[in-house]
Amino acid sequence: MAEAQIKTFNINFGPQHPAAHGVLRLILEMSGEIVERADPHIGLLHRGTEKLIEYKTYAQATPYFDRLDYVCPMNQEHAFVRAVEKLLGIEAPPRAQYIRVLFDEIGRILNHLLNITAFAGDVGALTPMLWGFEEREKLMEFYERVCGARLHANYYRVGGVAADLPAGLVEDILTWIDAFPGWLGDIEKLLNNNRIFKQRTVDIGVVTAEQALDWAFTGPNLRASGIAWDLRKAQPYAVYDEMDFDIPIGKNGDCYDRYMVRILEMYESLKIMRQAIEKMPKGPVRTEDRKVAAPSRGEMKRSMEALIHHFKLFTEGFHVPAGETYSVVETPKGEFGVYLVSDGTNKAYRCKIRAPAFAHLQATDFMSKGHMLADAVANIGSIDIVFGEIDR
Amino acid sequence: MAEFFTNLLGQDLGTLVWIVLRILVIVAPLLLGVAYLTYAERKVLGAMQLRKGPNVVGPFGLTQPLADGIKLFFKETIIPTDANKFVFVLAPALTFILALVAWAVIPFFEGGALANVNVGILYLFAISSLGVYGIIMAGWASNSKYAFLGSLRSAAQMVSYEVSIGFVLVAILLCVGSLNLSDVVHAQEKSVWFIVPHLPLFIIFYVSGLAETNRLPFDLPEGESELVAGYMVEYSAMTFALFFLGEYANMILMSGMITTLFLGGWLAPFGLAAPFGLVKLWGLFWFLAKIAVMLFGFLWVRATFPRYRYDQLMRLGWKVFLPFSLFWLVLTAGVLEYTGWMRS
Repeated sequence: MAEAQIKTFNINFGPQHPAAHGVLRLILEMSGEIVERADPHIGLLHRGTEKLIEYKTYAQATPYFDRLDYVCPMNQEHAFVRAVEKLLGIEAPPRAQYIRVLFDEIGRILNHLLNITAFAGDVGALTPMLWGFEEREKLMEFYERVCGARLHANYYRVGGVAADLPAGLVEDILTWIDAFPGWLGDIEKLLNNNRIFKQRTVDIGVVTAEQALDWAFTGPNLRASGIAWDLRKAQPYAVYDEMDFDIPIGKNGDCYDRYMVRILEMYESLKIMRQAIEKMPKGPVRTEDRKVAAPSRGEMKRSMEALIHHFKLFTEGFHVPAGETYSVVETPKGEFGVYLVSDGTNKAYRCKIRAPAFAHLQATDFMSKGHMLADAVANIGSIDIVFGEIDR
Repeated sequence: MAEFFTNLLGQDLGTLVWIVLRILVIVAPLLLGVAYLTYAERKVLGAMQLRKGPNVVGPFGLTQPLADGIKLFFKETIIPTDANKFVFVLAPALTFILALVAWAVIPFFEGGALANVNVGILYLFAISSLGVYGIIMAGWASNSKYAFLGSLRSAAQMVSYEVSIGFVLVAILLCVGSLNLSDVVHAQEKSVWFIVPHLPLFIIFYVSGLAETNRLPFDLPEGESELVAGYMVEYSAMTFALFFLGEYANMILMSGMITTLFLGGWLAPFGLAAPFGLVKLWGLFWFLAKIAVMLFGFLWVRATFPRYRYDQLMRLGWKVFLPFSLFWLVLTAGVLEYTGWMRS
């Protein structure tokens, strides 16, 4: 009997699919339940962010960064305001730096909580998702109290942050820091040693250290493969060099390691948050440079110059000296970079965004090849992709 | 009662009316039970997931299942263009009917089975094996890749777990010496509830029951994060509702089987006597209470566990449950042969 050629078949995984994490369209070439090839298609959430920024003043451009990875908005604002500050040659005052670190870490927990619980949902455990959302809600309330918005904060500004922390917020955050390990412990109890969870994640989607470097992995995905690279340690920005924290790394680079690295990073984030609050100095939260930051209301009533500054800032915006810079921060998903070119006007000439998840998405093919359909879903969940930043 | 109808309508017609009435008395509460099982599921899951569950429609959301039912009833049934229309519509009906007919042999209380046949266990086994056809037909007739994959998974899954369920039933059969479900309960009345000597079998049967009814951690055929809704993906309105009702009726049926086979059916624990001499009601109460506990377990598992992968599920079925239930069967036979223990 002649050997029969078994044809593979394609399934269209997404863009409307419960496990597509947004608008991922994955063309899966299947041989039965085995994935032969996974071909991610992007662009369904493309909003032209980079081009739009070229037509906005620097202050108007910041909110676009909230809308990239909408799971941890402030971390990305940080990359942009740092880039502009570099070009301007100014520094945010110390208190602002600590506030930024505090909210960067809140963003990290926001992100990891969503990711690990959504990942658990991808492998079929529904409950952690809802438990995680309870805590995320509390964190978003901190966002809301500090800037008025739960999601699209626009809180970090060039030269500092928009406003000082409201009274009582620090105490509430500390209370939350004390309570959170208990919640996280519950989620861990449900998953960490669960046999089914382990069967579904251990040795699934293994990325070796070499592969991780080749495919430009960053963040928890890289660390899960055993490479201790974290920009907060490697090239400390803001006041991360004053913080005492560890970088959890994985060993096998499988889905379980990526999950565990994120869990442990949340505990480290709690440590950083506590230190940031304890070490936070008093003082202004916005630069005194009136060419960049608006003067206070009271000052405007008294000083003509202040009024002019205010008018110029809110009509024309500030001008940034010509030049180019690359600023990168460690967002929860990895290295988020902003390459900014200024031509000396009040608008950016070019703003190129390096989104970590874009690089991670490329890995879906080699990670899923030869695995079963259910593993492909687990892989997508474990590399933590958000389409806001991939499609930009 | 039966005489009343035969006197009124003659022998044939009277018997028929009497049987139809008895069927209605079983099916109507069953469907109501299914409706409120969905309500219970949402409430229990809600409580375990820090949310409230339905609480808007009626007091405590109690009329939510009715609202859902009415909604599904009045929606348009969409049949995909490329679907095989006949099979597409037949599949949910088959699933639903099979989930109902199995109840014919379940004894609700002493002498309280619609048909107290001597092949009750075989009948149940046969009916639950047929259940897979509804799913395969649905997957095939939908002409959709997701549905097709779902039905393939489900066929493999149900067949694998049926085998170990079969051996569990044989072990019980050895202890009872009869295929009649009422006899199974009577045997437990004379000795002990079979969960005591057969605890491992009870666990296997319970887990296989989860797999049979496609519940988490074995809900691969409809694995939401992989196959969206699996074999049900193209179904809407009443056709969907029939699948849904069938699935939940199957859950209740599975709990009923577990109760009858392992938990002493209608027997009250510790031989508690019926108050006011209401023996049948007392039996019915305990039967339903045990079913409710089993069902709660189904929901609890759903809130707790992740989903197995296809190959892991097969491994569990064939490499763990099957050898173990076979071993236990031999053990049971040996113990019965050499000690005469529990022989009725």
